[in-house]
Parts: sequence; structure tokens; C-alpha cells
Amino acid sequence: MTEPLLKVEDLRTYFATEEGVVRAVDGISFEMRRGERRGVVGESGSGKSVTAMSIMGLIEPPAGDIVTGRIVFDGQNLLELSEDEMQSIRGGRIAMIFQDPMTALNPVYTIGDQLMETIVLHQKVSKAEAREIAIQALRDVQIPNAEHRLNDYPHQFSGGMRQRVMIAMGLSCSPDLLIADEPTTALDVTTQAQIMDLMLHLAEDRGTAVMLITHDLGVVAGFCDTVQVMYAGGIVESGTIDDIYHNPQHPYTWGLLGSMTRLDDATQHRLHSISGAPPSLIKLPEGCRFRPRCQFATDICRQVLPVLRPVGNPGQMAACHRSEELDLKALSVDGEVGAAASEVTS
Amino acid sequence: MTEVPSAYQRHIGEAAALPENVMLRVNHLVKEFPITRGVFFKKQVGAVQAVSDISFEIRKGETLGLVGESGCGKSTTARCVLRLLEPTGGDVYFRTGEDDHIVDIATADKDTLREIRREMQIVFQDPYASLNPMMTVASIVAEPLVVHDVGTKEERLERVKELLQVVGLSPEHANRYPHEFSGGQRQRIGVARALALNPSFMVLDEPVSALDVSIQAQVLNLMQDLQEELGLTYLFIAHDLSVVRHISDRVAVMYLGKIAELADRDALYEQPMHPYTHALLSAVPIPDPDIEAKRSRILLEGDIPSPANPPSGCRFHTRCPKAKEGVCDVDVPELRELESDHWVACHFPEVKKVF
Repeated sequence: MTEPLLKVEDLRTYFATEEGVVRAVDGISFEMRRGERRGVVGESGSGKSVTAMSIMGLIEPPAGDIVTGRIVFDGQNLLELSEDEMQSIRGGRIAMIFQDPMTALNPVYTIGDQLMETIVLHQKVSKAEAREIAIQALRDVQIPNAEHRLNDYPHQFSGGMRQRVMIAMGLSCSPDLLIADEPTTALDVTTQAQIMDLMLHLAEDRGTAVMLITHDLGVVAGFCDTVQVMYAGGIVESGTIDDIYHNPQHPYTWGLLGSMTRLDDATQHRLHSISGAPPSLIKLPEGCRFRPRCQFATDICRQVLPVLRPVGNPGQMAACHRSEELDLKALSVDGEVGAAASEVTS
Repeated sequence: MTEVPSAYQRHIGEAAALPENVMLRVNHLVKEFPITRGVFFKKQVGAVQAVSDISFEIRKGETLGLVGESGCGKSTTARCVLRLLEPTGGDVYFRTGEDDHIVDIATADKDTLREIRREMQIVFQDPYASLNPMMTVASIVAEPLVVHDVGTKEERLERVKELLQVVGLSPEHANRYPHEFSGGQRQRIGVARALALNPSFMVLDEPVSALDVSIQAQVLNLMQDLQEELGLTYLFIAHDLSVVRHISDRVAVMYLGKIAELADRDALYEQPMHPYTHALLSAVPIPDPDIEAKRSRILLEGDIPSPANPPSGCRFHTRCPKAKEGVCDVDVPELRELESDHWVACHFPEVKKVF
């Protein structure tokens, strides 16, 4: 097997707050191949974005700190690099797209200035050449009239167009890895379809690996090859999209799929809701973090934190003590189980 | 809005026109927002027609889903229905519970409005912004009772505890403050407040959009249970078409202030006729990789035009794959009933299954 593009080992990123230490990412390990499109899914506070920020070197002490772990990118541990060395990787070989393009773009500079800044910083080119590259980058993301739009300011673009600019900026230096943090969450559904379609084609053509961070399992199903499901700072399950959607091994994944409304579902059955809410990251429960909300929890779940281990299909991993004995695939998700559980919240 | 007869005078003339199974009818509703220029001497230089002559009805005990992308006018419509916004034109006939009177909300006077507002309530999208952080849960939920002067202090507290249980919270929560609750629990508090006066009609304005998926399911289940138990009628506003299919009996699709298509839920999703509905449905991802791999999307060109300067003719013609020059850019298509209870505003409607 060839060396993975990205290898994260036992990453722990904590934040110090007045109430205590927030364990936002707490011991996650995973790998990404070159060209892999990996979905990172989970609810708010599950640690998806902090994972991305850690990889990008955007966690700033003293507020936050990477306590342990290694982030090996193309053979190089990013956590051992100086800020200067990190600067050259950030935006160059690893690029990131954020949820809200309006806050990610500087309102007082033109789109062209901001695009060319990245290009000049990472590539040894003249200003005129940078301009050509910037125009081409805008054309690649299908912005009409690119050479004129270069002189426009962010407010002159619509939300979808701004996200296209962000993608152009992210891809302008041909990164090996693009991290997209909820890139379409702020957009309307028809615009989302345009943007995801565009990202899929660009990533496929260039062989760019993409880490897609999202809470939307629908978007992942159409875009990614692999998925990791996060919950309360840990990875609870990972595998190919086929594994995760058709053969979930963790009760949280299973519950999440069951609680989704589906466009192609003509029945108006009760949704399987996962009772309660995610735990506080300051006071995590003993044992399995999903245990307080899990309808299958037993004594061992209360005592021992389950580790991510191979289970289910080849290559699939889950962090559940009971994966083998629970035949989640066979359990009907729309049954009364969920209905009963949903009554006892809080 | 002068020279209009009082609500009471109007309802006499219109009572017969509202079939018995209809709770609310919106007739030719128009809402314009002025565009002004200047700081001190504001001068109106134009108007944005957020809602542009729409009509629909909501039947007793049903859920009407109102969907569309941002800026299509769905929330403005809901606010005009409750007269939280003053409609520029049109009527909103509402059947009141007690004596089956029909009131035109759009023109009703202050006292009438105050009376009928007991029967119509709203749940807002953001449970963080819609609950006063300085008030306890008990005072938040009891506020409608205080405003309408219902019961003694003790009776109100009893009612609050009862309501908290109805929405799946514990009566002990009454003395806590909103910040002690998660998003899903806050939304339950918002629902409890809306239920305080035993309304018959509720506007749910994106009630689950701000919530995580597993919590969304809890709140959707709660709304369905309450509807069944209390016989409520819902106007459900959302941009998520999967959620709308799950909760609605009939669905109206809006685009740039107009209704593009209105039909029974299954007809709208399985046999949509308007090209915009086709594009909208085809854009919604389905959480199943096998289905996603086989789907082809109808990708619309460009963005939604500005409502301040909407396109001529059919408002969708600038992005419509089926638009014909000389027809779609000239004539405004009427909302016509093409199948029983299936209304479409398109010059070239065509049934098309898109997923």
C-alpha cells in the first residue's frame, strides 16, 4: 500500500474555558488516501470543525491547544513545523473553504486582489501571471465574465457566486487536500446542487483529496467515497459510504439515519429520534459517550470507553462494544423503539 | 387602507364563501416593502413586492407546507396571515372557533385582532432569539395567559406545568432560564408558549431548521403528536423539502413571491408539473449512495433574480429550461387546476418524475 496523504494519530485538541477544559477532539485517528473524498459527519459540537482547524494549524494557544497526537501530511508531521513552514502549506498544499463566504472574504479588497494574494504567496510568479491564473481560476468555477468580475468586491456577488470564488481561491494553488467545512450549509438547495456538482468535477479532474465536513448525510451520499461519523469529540464509525448507509455498526449512525426525513419516503411514519442531547464536552460521561442516549446500552458501556475497531464489512470500523451482537441492519428504524425513547428527553 | 368595512361587516358577506372544511383562506394577498432613499427626508423610490397576489386555503386539521428558497416570500406570507405584517392588499379569511364566525384578518380592527390572536399562534425558527433570556420558563410560557388575562396566578402556574409536560419537558423546569436548555428543549418551550391559549391554528416558521438532525426528529414527532391530540391546523414554512414531505398534507411551492405549484403532497413529489418544482426536487440530496449515484440533477442557470426587479411574464423564465420566447417572458401564467386539487402556474406544464 502506498503512503497515505494524511495520517492523523490520537489527536486531542482541548480548549480552556472558565467552566473547565472542553475536550473538543479527544483521541481521533484516521487516514486519507490521495484523491479520496472523505465525509466527516456529526452534529454540532461533535468535533468536526476542530479536527479541520487542527489540521490547518489554526488552533491558537492559549485558548486552544493540541495536547497530543500527530498529523502527518505527505510524510511530514505538521505539528512539528514552524509557523513559517506551516504558512507555506496552508493555502498551498492544503486549502480550506468555510461555511460563510461573506466572513471569509475581506469586504474592502476586490476578489482579484484576494485571489492574487494567495497565488503570489505560494507560487513564484509575477503579478501579471498571477492575474492570468486568477482569471483562469474564476473561469474554472464557471463565473461568467471572469476578467471583469476580478475587479468586483465581495458584496457584488451572490451567496452562491461567493462560494464559487472561495472554491477558486482554494483550488488556485492546486492543493493536494481541500478541506470544505459545511460549504453549502448557508446556500439554497438549488445553489447547493450547483456547488457540489462543481466541486465534484474539479476534484475528480485534478485528483484533489477532499475532506467534506457536514451535518447533511444526503450531501455526503452523493459526493464522498468514505465517511467518518463523529460524536462528542470521537470517531464512532468509519467506512465506505456503502458500509455506513447500508450496514451501520454503531447505534449512533443507525439512529442518525433513522431520524432523517427523506425526499423519497412516501410514508409519514414516526421518525426514529435519538432521545436527549449530546453531552457537555467538559463533563463527558464515563464509558461510552453515546451511552446516555443509547437504547442498547448495558453495564460494560457504562464502564469502558469503546475503541474504534474493525467490525462489519472489511475496512469498516466502529467504536461500540455491542456491534457484533446487535444486528442493526435488521432492526427496523421506524419502529416503536424510537417513539418510546423520544418521550423521555431532558 | 381606509374606507374598509369593519371585520364584522365583511365576514357576513364572505361567510358563505368559505366551505365548511376550510380554516383559512388567503385571497389575492400582496405585500410590498418600500425602497427608500435618503436619511432624513426618506423618499420612496420603488417597492419590493415580496408577496405578489397569491391565493390558497388551509383546511381544518391539515398541515399545509409552504416551501421555497430564501427570498421567495414564504415567511412574509406567514407573517401577513397572522398580521404581524400589514398586507398591502388582499384578504385573509379565518374561521374563528367559538361561534364559527369568519373574520378578515387583513382588515380586522385592533380589538377583533386581539380576540382572534388567541386562536392563532406562531413558533419561530430560532429558539435562541425567540425566548427572552431574562425571563424564567414559567413566565415565558405564561405570558400569553397574562396578556389575555386568563386565570389567577396559581391557575396559570398549573397550566404552565401541564404545558411543559405536554411538550415533553418536566414541570420542574419552570423556574429555570432559557440558557440552561439545549436548542431542542428551547424549541419545546416555544411550542409550549404557543399552545398556552389553546389555539386552533399554528404557523410553524422553520421550526426545526436550526436544530441538529436527531433533535429535529424529536420536534417533528412532537408537532405531529400535538396535531393529532389537539386537532391543530398547521401552516408549516420550510426550505427543506424532505421535512415538508414528511409533515405536510398539501404543499405549495413559492418562487419570487408567487405560488408556482400547489398540490396534495404525494402528487407534488411524485408527479410534479412545474419546471421549478422539478429543479427543486432534483436538487435535494437523498441519504442513500446507490440512489445518489443513479440520479441526474437539473442544474438551474444563475441565481434567483432580485425581487425588487422581477422578470417580466413568468418570474421563472430567466432560469427555466423550458421557457419559450414570446410566451413565457410576456404572459404571466395563471395558477390553474390541471388535475383535481393540483394547481400549476406554467405555460408548458408536464408531469415529470425527478427521483
